[in-house]
Amino acid sequence: MKHVKTINHANLKESAVKGGCGECQASCQSACKTSCTVANQKCENKNK
Amino acid sequence: MIHQYKLNGYNIVLDVNSGAVHIVDDLFYDMLGCLDEQLTEKCPDWLFQRFEQGHTRQEIEETYQEIFTLHKADQLFSSDDYDKFAKMMVPSPVKAMCLHIAHDCNLRCKYCFADSGEYMGHRELMSAEIGKAAIDYLIKYSYGRHNLEVDFFGGEPLMNFDVVKEVVKYARSLEKEHDKLFRFTITTNGILLNDDKIDFINREMSNVVLSIDGRKEVNDPMRPHVDGRGSYASIIPKFQRLVEKRRNGQFDQYYVRGTFTKFNKDFANDVLHLNSLGFDQISVEPVVADPSAPYALTEQDLPEVFAEYERLADIMVKRAGTKEDFNFFHFMIDLDQGPCAIKRLRGCGCGNEYVAVTPSGDVYPCHQFVGHTDWKMGDVFSQSLDFERKKQFASATVYGKKECKNCWAKFYCSGGCNANSMQYCGDILKPFQLSCELEKKRVECAIMIKAATL
Repeated sequence: MKHVKTINHANLKESAVKGGCGECQASCQSACKTSCTVANQKCENKNK
Repeated sequence: MIHQYKLNGYNIVLDVNSGAVHIVDDLFYDMLGCLDEQLTEKCPDWLFQRFEQGHTRQEIEETYQEIFTLHKADQLFSSDDYDKFAKMMVPSPVKAMCLHIAHDCNLRCKYCFADSGEYMGHRELMSAEIGKAAIDYLIKYSYGRHNLEVDFFGGEPLMNFDVVKEVVKYARSLEKEHDKLFRFTITTNGILLNDDKIDFINREMSNVVLSIDGRKEVNDPMRPHVDGRGSYASIIPKFQRLVEKRRNGQFDQYYVRGTFTKFNKDFANDVLHLNSLGFDQISVEPVVADPSAPYALTEQDLPEVFAEYERLADIMVKRAGTKEDFNFFHFMIDLDQGPCAIKRLRGCGCGNEYVAVTPSGDVYPCHQFVGHTDWKMGDVFSQSLDFERKKQFASATVYGKKECKNCWAKFYCSGGCNANSMQYCGDILKPFQLSCELEKKRVECAIMIKAATL
């Protein structure tokens, strides 16, 4: 494509189907404790 | 739903439901601004008329076809299929615990949400007995979950460090029998750090959060000792020593973590200052406070704060890949390997996957609810847990919050902080708009950095 560059390959919808194992870190346990950000957490699903 | 914005010379388009991020040229960007999800295969005539000045018919046709192709591939104006998942959200095992090892503190930070450690109660240290009961509680309610997190928090947890050590030892002794892996973290102001404590922390804690606001003239007025002296001079060498020793250890994750307020809206200078001291994992966050507090950020401050986030993002782009490169917690984003949509729907997990335990053994939805006694949801003595309350929090998903459901940033912030919502909007389902605006700006900056550093 000439007019657009897509910079990621993951599809969030697909992750919904195999997701939800819950082994990842709770967001407030990383550094924030006051302002929630979830998208910067790592996925730890071994079966995706 | 899409979100399009221009930043630092980039035209950026987010497709909210698929998570796709596109960098586009001006014609694509402007054309997209005129379209919605009702796309036809053939380029409509009115688009040719709209863009005929400065563009050939072929360019317009070609650009439209790229938009249409991405739409067909479900990467632009993709459908919202998440309602069915949101309806499936049920209470989950408890996997994370904030252990309030000390409701006491040796600093008197002006903006402390914990009421200088007292949490609207009284000064109190957790006993080893309560700490161990809390570990038993976490094991019990984590059911089949393997990875468990315990954050030693306060107040100031180093004021009760012998209990920290005892609790860690106790939890480790149960890992094998219960097939659990404990990940410990600690949040400290550093005043009481010494080599023994540093070595223990670096050996046992997978992450350590070191509290400092940045420049001396910013840190000291907001983070004084009980007698009013500033804390900067005594903690900097201790934090540097901890980080230096940590570089060679089993765990290398840490953050120097500060708070910015109305008094330092040039907070990028604090981030840069911390970096100049040798720290490369940095988090500096907006204060969350009652709007009447003199240091509180208000809506009027947003333009300045937004400009400062943009300035910081630009600096990070310029430093990327150099020796001065550093990580800023709120600009971290992984567009390919980040959390699954279920986690993003579920949000922070407080009161459901995450709980806080006070020194007297009371269980609350999270550290920020502690002291709000209406929200108490159990205790570690009787191992009780209010399952109705837990269910309420499990339902507090992005799709359970009206304002969030239609927000483009919903899968990045995941509904925001329930405690902020409760405190400032009176309802865990009503997001605190000031926090929302800040979060959206951070997400825009984070994605721009990704685009610029490909």
